[in-house]
Amino acid sequence: MSMEITFRLNGEMTHVLVDDPTETLLDWLRARGLTGTKEGCNEGDCGACSVIVTGDDDRKALNACILFLPQLQGKAVRTVEGVAAPDGTLHPVQEAMIDHHGSQCGFCTPGFITTIAAAHANGATDHEDQIAGNLCRCTGYAPILRAARAIEDMPVPDHMRDTPPHLAENISGERPQAGGTGSPYRPGNADDLAAWYLDHPTGTLIAGATDVGLWVTKQFRDLGAVAFLNGCDDLKGVEIGRTEITIGAMTDMETLRHAIAPYHPSFAELLRRYGSVQVRNAATIGGNIANGSPIGDSPPPLIALDATLHLRRGDVRRSLPLEDFFVDYGKQDRRAGEFVERVTIPRQPDTLICHKLSKRFDQDISAVCGAFNLPVVDGVIRGPRIAFGGMAGTPKRASAAEAALQGQPLTPATLDAAAKSLTKDFTPLSDMRASAEYRLHAAQGMLRRCASDAPSLLDLA
Amino acid sequence: MSVAKPLPHESARLHVTGTARYTDDVPAPAGCLHLAFGVSEVAAGSLDHLDVDAVRAAPDVVAVLTADDLEPMPDCSPSLHDEPLLCTGQINYAGQPLYLVVAETHLAARRAARLHEAQITQTAPILTIEDALAAEAWFDDGPRIWSDGDVENALAEAPHRLEGQIEIGGQEHFYLEGQAALALPQEGGEMHVLSSTQHPTEIQHKVADALGVPMHAVRSEVRRMGGGFGGKESQGNALAISCALAARATGRPCRMRYDRDDDFVVTGKRHDFRIAYEVGHDAAGRIHGIRFRHWTRCGWSQDLSLPVADRAMLHADNAYDIPAMEITSWRLRTNTQSATAFRGFGGPQGMLGIERVLDHVAHAVGRDPLEVRRANYYAEAGGDPESISGTSKTGVTHYGQAVSDFCLGRMTERLAEDCDYAGRRSAIAEWNATNDVIKKGIALTPVKFGISFTLTHLNQAGALVHVYADGSIHLNHGGTEMGQGLHSKVSQVAAEAFGCDLARIKITATDTGKVPNTSATAASSGADLNGMAVKAACDTIRDRMAAYLATEHQADPADVVFAGDRVRVGGADYGFEEIAAKVYAARVSLSSTGFYATPEITWDRVAGRGRPFYYFAYGVSCSEVAIDTLTGENRILRTDILHDAGASLNPALDIGQIEGGFVQGAGWLTTEELVWDAKGRLRTHAPSTYKIPCASDVPPIFNVRLWDKANREDTIYRSKAVGEPPLMHGISAFLALSDAVAACGGAYPDLHAPATAERVLMAAHAQG
Repeated sequence: MSMEITFRLNGEMTHVLVDDPTETLLDWLRARGLTGTKEGCNEGDCGACSVIVTGDDDRKALNACILFLPQLQGKAVRTVEGVAAPDGTLHPVQEAMIDHHGSQCGFCTPGFITTIAAAHANGATDHEDQIAGNLCRCTGYAPILRAARAIEDMPVPDHMRDTPPHLAENISGERPQAGGTGSPYRPGNADDLAAWYLDHPTGTLIAGATDVGLWVTKQFRDLGAVAFLNGCDDLKGVEIGRTEITIGAMTDMETLRHAIAPYHPSFAELLRRYGSVQVRNAATIGGNIANGSPIGDSPPPLIALDATLHLRRGDVRRSLPLEDFFVDYGKQDRRAGEFVERVTIPRQPDTLICHKLSKRFDQDISAVCGAFNLPVVDGVIRGPRIAFGGMAGTPKRASAAEAALQGQPLTPATLDAAAKSLTKDFTPLSDMRASAEYRLHAAQGMLRRCASDAPSLLDLA
Repeated sequence: MSVAKPLPHESARLHVTGTARYTDDVPAPAGCLHLAFGVSEVAAGSLDHLDVDAVRAAPDVVAVLTADDLEPMPDCSPSLHDEPLLCTGQINYAGQPLYLVVAETHLAARRAARLHEAQITQTAPILTIEDALAAEAWFDDGPRIWSDGDVENALAEAPHRLEGQIEIGGQEHFYLEGQAALALPQEGGEMHVLSSTQHPTEIQHKVADALGVPMHAVRSEVRRMGGGFGGKESQGNALAISCALAARATGRPCRMRYDRDDDFVVTGKRHDFRIAYEVGHDAAGRIHGIRFRHWTRCGWSQDLSLPVADRAMLHADNAYDIPAMEITSWRLRTNTQSATAFRGFGGPQGMLGIERVLDHVAHAVGRDPLEVRRANYYAEAGGDPESISGTSKTGVTHYGQAVSDFCLGRMTERLAEDCDYAGRRSAIAEWNATNDVIKKGIALTPVKFGISFTLTHLNQAGALVHVYADGSIHLNHGGTEMGQGLHSKVSQVAAEAFGCDLARIKITATDTGKVPNTSATAASSGADLNGMAVKAACDTIRDRMAAYLATEHQADPADVVFAGDRVRVGGADYGFEEIAAKVYAARVSLSSTGFYATPEITWDRVAGRGRPFYYFAYGVSCSEVAIDTLTGENRILRTDILHDAGASLNPALDIGQIEGGFVQGAGWLTTEELVWDAKGRLRTHAPSTYKIPCASDVPPIFNVRLWDKANREDTIYRSKAVGEPPLMHGISAFLALSDAVAACGGAYPDLHAPATAERVLMAAHAQG
């Protein structure tokens, strides 16, 4: 059963009858002859397929290779072919990339053009971060950064101000037929989602698709019935309450990063390194938790902040400490038909320090991710919470290290003792990202770093 | 003047608008089919039975070709004819193609290619250097040994001796555009192949062999590649052959592109090396003799491994006049992807070996590594050899080539001054004395890279130039465009020859039907060879034009001036297009071929003697880094480069090559780590696990300058090749990391490449 999707493509209203709900925007564009958008990796890691997607209140660079057509409902999409003005006048970034010799082989260039054009339209000037998700093998990035800097003060061309189509409520969110599996569903709110998921407990929920995308493009998994959650606005957003911070499951990492920055800046910096702009724009907190990956970057700081996870199945809701959700490798405390609705963090003075260790500094998956919440009351640590990713089959607290720190002053000596006790907490594995030995050494180093006034490498650079 | 200008890449406007067309962007012809390989997940063994029934039955599958369907089995090798397209019984590596799926869509082909059942009797794979030596698995009938001077004696008599060893990892090319090909069947069994290749003639040759037709029945074409870096010198053969075979079998156009994971798993990469050294030196760090041993894992087939390993040996001296050297080079056969060409072609590995030695010696004698390097430099060209260091220099490499153009003495002095090497070294020492957690390091290293194919006959190029009656100029040459700006430079050469506007020139796809018997665009030779060939063709046409005009105006042909898009003769002044029309009307040919063969080179690779290189390209770079001794994380804080591109044909493009080369070289030696598991399966097969540098890895202070002095040899407008040499500036980043580790105290650091955060931390820990 097909699904009708409406979006604007380079300014033109476009209606697509989607037969395969997991057809990617990249494949669809290229089949239509819009071959400026390139396939570099087919897994959201190189940025060659970057497009600009504008919603009602945001404008984002996204990777088209792991973006399914139903995710575009009600959006405006701009590809590299639509970056120049309709009369052919080049966009400032296109001119600047020519003038600064920012293209060599040119294959990655369309992705840089769209990513930088999106950043330009959003007024972003942290260029190294904005383009960290666009790989270039020829230029060494120097001329691309020059081009991005050169256009900072130039006006945004009118045609770049896309407006998404104004659609009637739930144009494609037809209620699922009873027992009608196989038809993609796009619920308009959490209630609809809850009802659908009860009916389709083995179905697949698609939020940002930064992980599910790879199930399709790399693993050819049959997703069964699918529901696209992008219409569930009531699951999106961060609410800063008096006693707690509430994060909706469909909140993307970029939104969370900005929202959390005033309260827990180290968490925000970790989220910056969670992935590229394109990935952060798509990936959701709910997805990052529900997938149960041992190397997801958001669980360690959330656990260190004593976060509570709120799950829902039909109309039944339950809450549990986040660390209890992760039962074992690949196993979470989630029942069939149950989904993450939100996560809450108690308001608290900020004592959180996050460390992420990866082969490449930016846009890499953690070898080890450590979050250290070490509140000091009356000169001693009270209720330390330390959580690691990459050290076990699940994100996991370092109980022995916490015990070693409880009631101790925060000094190099106490951290050193706690670091030694990490060997009781963890027996990490070796893989292509790091050896077990290094993981343990580095985790200990991270803990020791909590009492060090040594500058960060970023401050030196 | 058209040359020497910093003009943009000829395709820049197409790049930024997304309209530059790559192989897979060519619109699919009606009925086009799509191909994918089913590959072995096992590294070694025998394929006893292959069941592809499920593959055949999969949706949209049109055909499945197995070894049984191909007789004789086409070969993909560029050298030894040891690469059957599909496995013929012996499994050689995990990733080896077992069969070929032909389907209606790319996705259908990929899906189906996982549905086979292979019965394999597994054997223990040969994976490591030790495995290969134990199994006597090697190419070239054993080690290649070159010896120059009395090494035994030099080592015995030197005041000091040391030894050491460095492991140097391989590198995935990670061209952004994966391998791709499209075959269009023609009448009479002919085949037209478009592919992303650095070597269209090889594609033509291999496809012709596979089809059993003469080369004239195959036309091979490439407009541009989305990056090559050596990875498209031979690795595209399998795709082009497959497309051609399937196109013939089905009568339909066939195309193939590797998904990125397949590209990683199937194709070859840079050779990894282990280099061991024994060095004799004096108290000042002057080297008396070195014995090197190189071991490289070549993978399952020979591919280009012999010349790669040769080039590593040829760069074992780098910038240093070493009185006695012996190199033993083992080219090992392993059950892994067949290592292949990669920017530098072995040179970088050989160079890192000797640079490591210089660093180690400096550490041993307690001197600044830069001082020790300079003490060992070749004599400066035009300088008094005796005055350089007080010792007599031979001025001849270990393979017998005189180094007559050496300029690293002056370049080093300039860079050291410009980047305040001495001041920063003291500041770093001060920093390290007062900081326990963050340690800094600095290194200034030279590059001397030999330019020419070591297989001498490859040093030739052809061109075909047409001037049309409207004054527009269309040309082709044997080189391919992979982003390096070759077509831009060659266009500039043509515009210079005709004294015309660059806008008149168009270079279209490299096409074996236009220019035959081309060499790979490799060995940094593209502009040197093809620029000369094009110039020869342009000069021929221009001379014909001049001769005609001279007759018309009763002038000397030498007095006809082509400049400023005008042609002047005997007081008359014509637009270039007017002259084109006139000459055409006078029935004078406005088309010519051109040809060039590099002079003066000779090489005996077995003996390791001769003049393999027409000249050397030089450069120096200085990198400063910081490491976190608690986690091993590290960053390059600053890099300064001074590079010799001769009299640059296009300074903007050359600086682009240098910046990009440095970052690629630094990536090779820092974050880019290839990991195979114990069964020989590559575990880093996508950008999620294999990390090339991204924008924030670029040094925040990054200064690149050109030396900009004319080549002493008569190259195209006295320029120098610039493709490969800058990659080796990455060595300064690696040795700066080693310097930072050394700041933790202790012996000379045991740091190996790539210097990942893990290796840096472990090396720092080992310092105590």
